[in-house]
Amino acid sequence: MSDPAITFFLIGASHDTAPLEVRERLALTADKVESFHAALSALPGLREIALLNTCNRVEFYGVAETPDALTRLQETFCTFQGLTTDAFASASRQAHGRAAIEHLLSVACGIESQMLGETEILGQVKDAYAEALTRRTAGPVLNRVFQKTFQYAKHVRSHTAINEGQISIANVAVDLALKIFGDLSSTRILLLGAGDIGEKTAKAFQSRGAASLTVASRTLGRAMELATSFGATALPWEHVTAQLGDYSVVVGSTAAPDTVVSTADVVAAMKKRPADPLFFIDLALPRDIDAAVAKLDNVFLYNLDDLAKIAKENLAARTAQVGRARIIVGDKAETIWKQIEAQAGGGF
Amino acid sequence: MPDLTDRTWLWFATAFYLAGFVLGTIALLRERRQSMAVTYAIVLAGFVIQTFGLYQRGLAVKGCPLGNTFEIFQFTAWSAIALYLVIGPTFRLSLLGYFTSMLSAALTAVSLAIPAWDATRRVGIFGGNPWIEFHAALALFSYGVFALLALTSIMYLLQVFSLKKHRLHGLFAFLPSIRDLDHINLRLLVAGVLILTASIAVGSVYWLQDIDKVNLAKIVTTVAVWAAYALVLSLRLKAVLISKRLAWTCVVLFAAALLSLKPVNSSRPPLPDAPVSTSLR
Repeated sequence: MSDPAITFFLIGASHDTAPLEVRERLALTADKVESFHAALSALPGLREIALLNTCNRVEFYGVAETPDALTRLQETFCTFQGLTTDAFASASRQAHGRAAIEHLLSVACGIESQMLGETEILGQVKDAYAEALTRRTAGPVLNRVFQKTFQYAKHVRSHTAINEGQISIANVAVDLALKIFGDLSSTRILLLGAGDIGEKTAKAFQSRGAASLTVASRTLGRAMELATSFGATALPWEHVTAQLGDYSVVVGSTAAPDTVVSTADVVAAMKKRPADPLFFIDLALPRDIDAAVAKLDNVFLYNLDDLAKIAKENLAARTAQVGRARIIVGDKAETIWKQIEAQAGGGF
Repeated sequence: MPDLTDRTWLWFATAFYLAGFVLGTIALLRERRQSMAVTYAIVLAGFVIQTFGLYQRGLAVKGCPLGNTFEIFQFTAWSAIALYLVIGPTFRLSLLGYFTSMLSAALTAVSLAIPAWDATRRVGIFGGNPWIEFHAALALFSYGVFALLALTSIMYLLQVFSLKKHRLHGLFAFLPSIRDLDHINLRLLVAGVLILTASIAVGSVYWLQDIDKVNLAKIVTTVAVWAAYALVLSLRLKAVLISKRLAWTCVVLFAAALLSLKPVNSSRPPLPDAPVSTSLR
């Protein structure tokens, strides 16, 4: 880089630089974003800027003409958030040039995410770039860096297993259902109980295309309340056994002291659907589903420990891919940086 | 076009099927999904070459090449591949290309590796009667359908094993869903039974006209295979034979049907021998 005073930079904080209580203070809420951008536009020496603002990350990527511009950016942000610059400096990271590009690419690939390999972050990076385009704060450098980042992030994901296998219990359960049913749009799901983990699992099913969800709880009012929040239907508890065979996926998350679905119940249910599989996800402790149902033909049962074990194995598999992903990220960051330098004709 | 014998072309086709199988195995060992497009291209190349080899053989024997065990195995593999080329992209069944290339490599390699199966070549076995030729081709094509059904049944059994035993990595990670496999199994079973029924219907017209020329062993075996598959289909539609039992039945039945081909072929009356292989000049 011929002129160190003009550089592509990264300044920001995330879950690996700042604890939760600090991140809470750093997060730019929706009501502040507009006025903050107005303040940024008034800062001299800031050629380009994009803001990546997620629940775990507040990061600025941009091009500064002088080191003073970076100092002013930090001061403005700290003023907005009511922080001292020292407090921000101790909770944040800074990088320049190739290292800043490498960090952005790592973020977009999910390597830097708290949920290693998650894919949502790429959409958030795209949103950040789209906002910079809308606000006309993206110029030739950001355009190239972000567009190449999207391209290479896909390359990393397709050439490593960094995002393969689910690592949350709810999503592992949904993946298993997909292995049994292929498509969830016509799959009927019954949620037994109104436990927190059952609720999360039901949400995960809905987010992956499940259209028919029914909630049954010993308290019909609670079932109706939960059903309303999901756009689902409620089923009186006393009808569960008789209607068990009408559902393809049954999620158990009650606080009942004994099993609520016996082998005899499932044998009777399978007579209504002999050729169709029935999938039980038992998230309750003590367990809701009699473990012996797993031996029945066309019946599949996974309990909390089974799901946790799969999630752990998947996380280990993703972690094993980090080294390989970082090598690709390093190579691609170098490529982008060389293009940026060439684009600037040696003046960047 | 190179001046090669039909068997040489068929060896080349086998090499492509083997390549599809080997590349698929490497991808699975690395726990990477094999590109469906690559598998499809390799299998398609093998199919085109095998079609050319069988065409050459057909010219030499003056009819559909179904006159000995070698030709029957080749035609069965060809039928299974033809079906895969249609079904594979339509249903996007992961791993079906891998399993089909494995089966076809096995069928074609075994048939090529046993010279005795191709030692006696029957020329003009259909006596110039296109309906008999059509009947034979349909019957063998139905065997191709049942071959594919056996493969999808094996995939079904593997997926059930994977989900029951909680072994989800490696090969198991790339298998299609239980429901998809069940649907495709039912469709293949229906298709196979319909094609074999049509074959028997066409053949029966000829048999009824000239009952003395009927090979009893062949008829009994063919009707037994048809009756067994028709019974399986009926039991499946009534939801009596389902899930793992259905899958095992389809695998065992195909193995039995394949084994029955040799005695059926051996029971044919001897015909003048022809040279083992030919080349188009």
